Amino acid sequence: MLEIILKQLLNGITVGSIYSLIALGYTMVYGIIKLINFAHGDIYMVGAFVGLIVATQFSSNFIVVIAIAMATTAIIGVLVEKVAYKPVRNSSRISALISAIGASIFISNLVVLINGPQREAYPQIFPEINFNVGGITISFLQIFIILVSIALMFGLYYIVHNTKMGIAMRAVSQNLTTARLMGINSDKIISFTFAIGSSLAAAAGVLVGTYYRAVDPLMGLLFGLKAFVAAVLGGIGSIPGAMIGGLVLGLAEVMGVAFISPSFRDAIAFGILIFILIVKPSGLFGKATKEKV
Amino acid sequence: MDSILNYLFNDYIVQVATITGINIIMVLGLNLITGVTGQLSLGHAAFMSIGAYSSSMISIKLGAPFIVSLIAGTGFGALFGALLGIPILRLRGDYLAIATLGFGEIVRVVILNTPALGGALGVYGIPPSTNLGITAFFVVFAIFFMYRLEKSRHGLAIRSIREDEIAAEMMGVNISRYKVLSFTIGSAFAGLGGALYAHFLSYINPIDFGFMKSIEQLCMLVLGGMGSISGAVFGSIVLSTIPEVLRFASEYRMVTYGIVLILMMVFRPQGLFGKIKVNV
Repeated sequence: MLEIILKQLLNGITVGSIYSLIALGYTMVYGIIKLINFAHGDIYMVGAFVGLIVATQFSSNFIVVIAIAMATTAIIGVLVEKVAYKPVRNSSRISALISAIGASIFISNLVVLINGPQREAYPQIFPEINFNVGGITISFLQIFIILVSIALMFGLYYIVHNTKMGIAMRAVSQNLTTARLMGINSDKIISFTFAIGSSLAAAAGVLVGTYYRAVDPLMGLLFGLKAFVAAVLGGIGSIPGAMIGGLVLGLAEVMGVAFISPSFRDAIAFGILIFILIVKPSGLFGKATKEKV
Repeated sequence: MDSILNYLFNDYIVQVATITGINIIMVLGLNLITGVTGQLSLGHAAFMSIGAYSSSMISIKLGAPFIVSLIAGTGFGALFGALLGIPILRLRGDYLAIATLGFGEIVRVVILNTPALGGALGVYGIPPSTNLGITAFFVVFAIFFMYRLEKSRHGLAIRSIREDEIAAEMMGVNISRYKVLSFTIGSAFAGLGGALYAHFLSYINPIDFGFMKSIEQLCMLVLGGMGSISGAVFGSIVLSTIPEVLRFASEYRMVTYGIVLILMMVFRPQGLFGKIKVNV
């Protein structure tokens, strides 16, 4: 029994750290322009597909694959922001949200058009090594995924707290107008935020591809929405919140599948979402804000 | 009535017209929630599926007459709308959108995993009682109902919520009550649409009521114009018939929906028919 629990714990942390990577993108964008970046899940899917193309056509070196996927997807993320979000930034909230949904539908179905709706096998870009610790088989890949996620999150933490760009990002998220008055080019900062969030999502896409060994054009919608749930769970706008929220969601989902029923897997995340929204809408780490008149 | 219509049009046209009518009814419900009250719902198809499944079960298992099934489908849509609306309508716009989306997914997963509701196989052998005449009657009813509602005192209160929630509250409008009311009525129309749909095709499957269905309905509303009855009707007609004409290009359909949503929001957020600027 203990073995099963430990094994599931590891599975949960692995999936959870991937959720965290995607949730960071949602939370950063929401922190700055107060918009649910609906297309973020599809950006993650595009990242996985770019990784697939690189791995099958050019090089199966893991670092090359993940670096090219992150760079390409960062550009796509900025493009989406320029085309679908920037023109509606001053419109009503509902317009911006519908435009974001449009971007999401467009990206996923464009990939369906190009690739076809079928599932694609992901090449093995990471050697399969298993080792035994006290009777539990641990796959090295899982440890590696967790380590890569932690490294990327530390990288993000460094950027946000120790670079000029990061300080500007935090200023814009506190108050866009005031930040602009202080001479910060807010358009540039918003694009930068999209670039960082999208590259983290691409990294998550490549990690998911290597972990599950399959990708499909519609995988972004559900996985992305669950990552959004993780961001809400941690408190949207809060970077540590997104990390913790992802882990909690990953663990809850894996435990739910193992001990309740596998067929309700997708309902667990949304059940948590509705529960959190009713009980504590500001999430675990978020600050409750009152709307000012 | 029906035989005359069948004489005038062939079966194919009658089928497309009926589906269009059913879409109009559901989009009018969505218009009340999203267009008039300003609460973005991304789970409208869930209420459609609740109406479709409850009415089909009552028709098949209890052998109830058609009108009873329709009332039951509408009632279950309204019931679930109220049950979901009461807790989540306290949430602000974008959270609400995600919560309704989550609810839609939960409904789909639950139906998919409930053998009594047919599971992934769907429900067969629903009596095909819906025809063009009945659908047309309910379309006229829905338009009349929505028109009267908007012009009434309650309609004024609901519209004030969309324009400015805080100001409306200061003026003494009971915001949560009116939000739940509009959400319940909107869901009831989705339930009615679902019941008509199930009794028209006589086969339903959880796949038909997924997130993409909700998006399709939202797209119809956005194209015509949020908050406008004529816009909701026009948008439903356009997006129900154009895919039929352009069947050879059906794989481009969803991509086009995405482009339509972005372009409409960037260049004409009020839709083709909307007059007032929606401000949330």
